[in-house]
Amino acid sequence: MKFDIPATQNPIDRQSIVGQPRDRVDGPLKVTGGARYAYEQHDVVPNQAYGYVLGATIAKGRIASMDLKAARASAGVLAVVTAKEAGKLGKGKRNTAKLLGGPEIAHYHQAVALVVAETFEQARAAASLIRVEYAQTKGAFDLEAAKGRAIKPTGEDSSPADTQVGDFAGAFATAPVALDQTYTTPDHSHAMMEPPATLAAWDGDKLTLWTSNQMIDWGVGDLAQTLRIPKANIRLVSPFIGGGFGGKLFLRADAVLAGLGARAAKRPVKIALQRPLMFNNTTHRPATIQRIRIGADRDGRITAIGHESWSGDLPDGGPELAVQQTRLLYAGANRMTAMRLAVLDLPEGNAMRAPGEAPGLMALEIAMDEMAEKLGMDPIAFRALNDTQVDPEKPKRPFSMRRLNECFKIGAERFGWDRRLARPGQSRDGRWLVGIGVAAAFRNNLVMKSAARVRLDAHGTVTVETDMTDIGTGSYTIIAQTAAEMLGVGLDKVVVRLGDSRFPVSAGSGGQWGANSSTAGVYAACVKLRETVAQKLGINSAEAVFANGEVRAGNRSMPLASAAESGPVVGEDTIEYGDLDETHQQSTFGAHFVEVGVDVATAETRIRRMLAVCSAGRILNPKTARSQVIGAMTMGVGAALMEELAVDTRRGFFVNHDLAGYEVPVHADIPHQEVIFLEETDPMSSPMKAKGVGELGICGVGAAVANAIYNATGVRVRNYPITLDKLLEHMPSA
Amino acid sequence: MPNPGDLEWNRRDLMVAAGTCAALPVIGEGAYSQPTPVGTPVLNDVSFEVNGEQRTLAIDTRTTLLDALREHLHLTGTKKGCDHGQCGACTVIVDGQRLNSCLTLAVMHQGSSVTTIEGLGTADKLHPMQAAFIKHDGFQCGYCTPGQICSGVAMLDEIKAGIPSHATVDLTAAAAVTEAEIRERMSGNICRCGAYSNIVEAVTEVAGRQG
Repeated sequence: MKFDIPATQNPIDRQSIVGQPRDRVDGPLKVTGGARYAYEQHDVVPNQAYGYVLGATIAKGRIASMDLKAARASAGVLAVVTAKEAGKLGKGKRNTAKLLGGPEIAHYHQAVALVVAETFEQARAAASLIRVEYAQTKGAFDLEAAKGRAIKPTGEDSSPADTQVGDFAGAFATAPVALDQTYTTPDHSHAMMEPPATLAAWDGDKLTLWTSNQMIDWGVGDLAQTLRIPKANIRLVSPFIGGGFGGKLFLRADAVLAGLGARAAKRPVKIALQRPLMFNNTTHRPATIQRIRIGADRDGRITAIGHESWSGDLPDGGPELAVQQTRLLYAGANRMTAMRLAVLDLPEGNAMRAPGEAPGLMALEIAMDEMAEKLGMDPIAFRALNDTQVDPEKPKRPFSMRRLNECFKIGAERFGWDRRLARPGQSRDGRWLVGIGVAAAFRNNLVMKSAARVRLDAHGTVTVETDMTDIGTGSYTIIAQTAAEMLGVGLDKVVVRLGDSRFPVSAGSGGQWGANSSTAGVYAACVKLRETVAQKLGINSAEAVFANGEVRAGNRSMPLASAAESGPVVGEDTIEYGDLDETHQQSTFGAHFVEVGVDVATAETRIRRMLAVCSAGRILNPKTARSQVIGAMTMGVGAALMEELAVDTRRGFFVNHDLAGYEVPVHADIPHQEVIFLEETDPMSSPMKAKGVGELGICGVGAAVANAIYNATGVRVRNYPITLDKLLEHMPSA
Repeated sequence: MPNPGDLEWNRRDLMVAAGTCAALPVIGEGAYSQPTPVGTPVLNDVSFEVNGEQRTLAIDTRTTLLDALREHLHLTGTKKGCDHGQCGACTVIVDGQRLNSCLTLAVMHQGSSVTTIEGLGTADKLHPMQAAFIKHDGFQCGYCTPGQICSGVAMLDEIKAGIPSHATVDLTAAAAVTEAEIRERMSGNICRCGAYSNIVEAVTEVAGRQG
């Protein structure tokens, strides 16, 4: 199905099941331990052996020698795999660094060996016996120091590196009110709860991987390229994924090494990457240095807005797209953005939840708060004044929908924004200095090609198959809701099977495109199935109404299942998109409100209240969508207050490479959170008229926290995370 | 080393044994013409009750209770998130108390009674805490969920037993089931999906029902 004109009335608009806050269909499995993740597939193949990964202990250089003798002689060892043993390997097109290092080492904890043994304990013991001598070479690890050498990135993902509209320099120089500030965000880790894990089994030249991957088809393609075998010989299965956040978008070392280990040991091999390796072995969100300049006239209208960002990555890597939102979020005739990329020999930087916007808005939305203060304006009024209903770079190109101002208005009423004291440091509750902050949330709505297959059987059961994944997002549930709505059956009549490369290729889980695109693919397949059903029942499909397990046309009514009496009826299709995302800018919007308390003596920050108001098209399931948003708000609090991969700039690695050192929010850090979704449908996005929320939720949260801390204390911190040491010496006297 | 099968092992004995194992690689090839392979498992019989069923294993003394459950008994509901006590995903209930099963060796649990997520309830017959997690959507990816649920169940018993926490205001009075208490006591169970707000609602509801 080609989606190239705006959606009109369709069966989804009934919203009898879609749009309802239904419980997750996979809930009973997940709360009883019945959902089986990659490492837990004990019965799919017999004789599984265990792999244990050894990571490099230098950041850059070569392996001078490797002594595997003791490891090989160790009890229970079946194989030891290194780059030397593995022979010639390719590299997936989405990987920057090789997943099995040697002799060259590209980053710290790059995998250099895999030990396969009968048991986990034996593999671990043997891995500790491998002796590696390295010849270390000098690397660059400090973004601030490398900033001067940063160059204009040329990769297609970073295009355009520079943008210019009007005369930014001239307008900024003559602006009566101007801000020029620099902000920094540190490296972040996805730190999902389930480590990357894979069970690999060969059957002749065919390889099956039970793995934990957000993008099944990308994984198959990059694994084929890495192992230099045909894509058709690989099957990937990812029924349950213990969190990803972008960390499982790509093929990683666990999958490649399990495949190589299983080949070497001639046995199925399973690997879960050890937690202390995750932070340096896998990808991370790169640190940024961002300079923001905003010029406005005295009544608060922005006349010039400029955003520059510097980040680093391995050679051939890409920049963090931190300037993205600034091209679209606020009006202003004169504009510029620029990204510069430095070569750093740290682990590979790559996508993490809302890549670009998450760190970009952490900076931009503090700048907007600072600018409002300079202008003597309320931060919401300042944003509202500079709202734009069109793409500011191309004023003839409107937003498909843009209700940012309503998000602020509704949020302000609900949160009690009018009680905020504009002068900071004035509100006190016992030992706590109390402040309120706000920030805009903004993230583009990307649409992706997505296919599905839907089968109706004689019992009236509808089975949906697509290689879409559920990484906690609720894909199982919203896909079931979509099929149920389209075919007029209850959720109990729908079976959803996901995450298998034998199923039609979906959009996958990334870039908050999964919900809208994958359900649109299921919609397309259901339309096909409805046509076939109507044909089988001898009715006109245009007139057919599918409801209550029946198909009605005029005064005729037949059980849906009767269409499958002589055998299953199958509908398969792909949703593809025209140029509606070119003619219209499709984005999602929100407003984050945060109240903090900052301990007047210790400068410890506690979050007291949080509210997000989101405008993101049709909300397919308000319950699971709300969970996406509160989860993203929680991750945003982490970024604001505690998350930072500490770089050892001498030896070139992230020092705090476990969950005790890399602090993420825990129960005690997060209060009750509120989410409001504006009621709307966006007919430009897809037949589902939905958009994404999973990344929108994290966009702007960090700045809302930072602005609340400023409102509480009068201390403006521009270097995340806002830990107490950065506040303490500037705190007002108790 | 004596056959430890009949012995009651305590933590100190284990540390001695672990020390012996660790020393083996040093002796290595030089000491023997036919070297004993390093890492030869020292197996030990251990017998404990899991979800009401008596289980006996001849198990590597290095095997954690977590791996005994997951890899030997195939009770994979209990999750391995970090394998060193930092995330709480492996929380199970042992003799009534919650415990990180990755931080304890299987052989230390002779005679223990272990309850895992599979023992709390089934999809057809959910434990109230499991039902409340579904109702309040107290999870997303589901990987920390069994640990959160086991922790939540045992944690409410801790409050009932009058065990204070950092959040307890009055140490002389009975601890109350407040949101502050729940948040403090559940903080050893990380949820990176960030379902905390919903988990607290689920636990609060169950606590209320328990009265």
